[in-house]
Amino acid sequence: MDKTINQKAWFLVLPVFAVVAFSAILPLMTVVNYSMQDTFGNNQFFWNGVGWFKELLDPSTDLGSRFLASLGRNLLFSAIILAIEVPLGIVVALSMPREGWTVAVCLVILALPLLIPWNVVGTIWQIFGRPDIGLLGYTLNSLGFDYNYVSNEFDAWATVIVMDVWHWTSLVALLCYAGLKSIPDAYYQAAQIDGASRWAVFKAIQLPKMNRVLLIAVLLRFMDSFMIYTEPFVVTGGGPGNSTTFVSIELVKIALGQFDLGKAAALSLVYNLIILIVCWVFYTVMTNAGVERPAKQGGA
Amino acid sequence: MARIDLVDLAHSYSGNDAPAESFALKPVTMTWRQGGAYALLGPSGCGKTTLLNLISGIVTPSRGKILFDGTDITPLSTQKRNIAQVFQFPVIYDTMTVGQNLAFPLQNRGVPKAEVEARVRQIADLLDLTFYLDRKATRLTADAKQKISLGRGLVRSDVAAVLFDEPLTVIDPELKWQLRSKLKALHRELDLTMIYVTHDQTEALTFADTVVVMHDGRVVQSGTPAELFDKPAHTFVGYFIGSPGMNIVPAVVSGREARIDGHIIGLHRNYGVLPAGAKIEIGVRPEFVNVAAPASGLLSATIERIDDLGRVRFARIRVGDAKFAARVPPGFSVPDNMVGLVFDPAHVHVYADSRLVEGVA
Repeated sequence: MDKTINQKAWFLVLPVFAVVAFSAILPLMTVVNYSMQDTFGNNQFFWNGVGWFKELLDPSTDLGSRFLASLGRNLLFSAIILAIEVPLGIVVALSMPREGWTVAVCLVILALPLLIPWNVVGTIWQIFGRPDIGLLGYTLNSLGFDYNYVSNEFDAWATVIVMDVWHWTSLVALLCYAGLKSIPDAYYQAAQIDGASRWAVFKAIQLPKMNRVLLIAVLLRFMDSFMIYTEPFVVTGGGPGNSTTFVSIELVKIALGQFDLGKAAALSLVYNLIILIVCWVFYTVMTNAGVERPAKQGGA
Repeated sequence: MARIDLVDLAHSYSGNDAPAESFALKPVTMTWRQGGAYALLGPSGCGKTTLLNLISGIVTPSRGKILFDGTDITPLSTQKRNIAQVFQFPVIYDTMTVGQNLAFPLQNRGVPKAEVEARVRQIADLLDLTFYLDRKATRLTADAKQKISLGRGLVRSDVAAVLFDEPLTVIDPELKWQLRSKLKALHRELDLTMIYVTHDQTEALTFADTVVVMHDGRVVQSGTPAELFDKPAHTFVGYFIGSPGMNIVPAVVSGREARIDGHIIGLHRNYGVLPAGAKIEIGVRPEFVNVAAPASGLLSATIERIDDLGRVRFARIRVGDAKFAARVPPGFSVPDNMVGLVFDPAHVHVYADSRLVEGVA
């Protein structure tokens, strides 16, 4: 094993290293540094060790209870929107035309919500849902529903969820549509010959063939919904009470509202870690699902 | 199990109003008898697959009717027609085992469970798939997958016909031979009508008892392999079937004589009246022309090369401007440039505008 030793290679890696250091490593280390300290302003810092982390994971403290409660809300939110958006996206993709000019029309309409900036989406729904002037809020109230996302927790959640479904179902639908388009016609023809019902075609051909894109869709939607900030912040501001305060909103409150840089840094590190772990789990599951294990052939 | 009749069946992918010449399948009327083993032979793009898809109902014809046992089934969907089809590339249901794949067409039709099981076992047995029955179908080789596709086509006992659309394309040559003989055996055993599409003449001739040759959207001849070989109804059949193909040479034909380059070849039959203005050619298979030493009574030709096929040698020669192939008799040492040709008059056919003219004995 004669390896050519070429120290010049280090110089070639250096620029990338420098860029990554400035863009990622240094800021991250700053956060790590903050997370070990406490500050009362004036650029004065006091060493706190792992104190913030202990508090963060202890529900009996203020910081811990706020973090764990918002984390719970985040998980519930992600679960609900996945449960709605994935099946809905599949249904939308299945009902889209397969060819002709209508395909382009459908694709553009589906892509529209994805192109709107997040805070604009929030603003749209904030106004849309207002009981006094919003089309949705006013209509619902006129129909006799006591709908008010500012004062009612359930209404606030419903609004945020419907908003997310409106914003992101398209993504799932587009991914599924791409998966469906890649199924060769021969499969449908064979299914016709085999006398398969619509449901059997879905179960035996379409769903298995969409497997991969569905995993990608679930991953993307989970990550995005887990990090959600802008839309609920604009619509509900995290309220009423703390009912729609997700981890990211809590984080901003602590960091910028209370200027508790140490607590916020510890929280963001843990938050980051959770996302990394979930990402890794998904990635592993996905790559393993795609691996064709060599068939064991014997006999015949 | 049924007799299939095609009545003026025609199809164009650009609609019924398309010009007649652009039709993928030009009007055809023919009958496929119950229990027959048919091959649909022709070059790529000649309309074989279109014809097959019309019979199975994947494509709806622009014109004409399809009858199963005299009942018009043209408007019926594929599911409602009693037909099975195997495609060029394996289609398997990924999430199912091999056994479930084979059972799928039966289950969808509500066949009782015990019967499904028995039939699946029988088919798996015939195709050597028993070993894999409980295995997931995704992880098998292309060969095995295509066997599953074949199995799904054969598993229903009540189908009017099983259609094969070049099913052995993805299979290794070695296994191809085995599977083809297997299909032939299955045909005898299961008593199903089989229609087998291929562009490979060996495949067609070994599988079928009736070969239907298609060319440019038309059925040009349908007959036994021997008929296609001995008496091609169309010059296309002549050179498409056989290797090397039939020699087709322009000639002047009158009575019992054909004249090529002023040289006279005797004919077995009398061709009194030929269509006026038609392009007259004679066709003769290389197997029925021998090369000989040049002599005054023989049509002379220039040698281009000799193809030695082991059992037999063919001389590639030139008669005037026309390319020609002829048999080299065993033991004959071929001269350098010029040879004479000895024709077997019984196997010289006359074609007018590419179609066979029947002479009078």
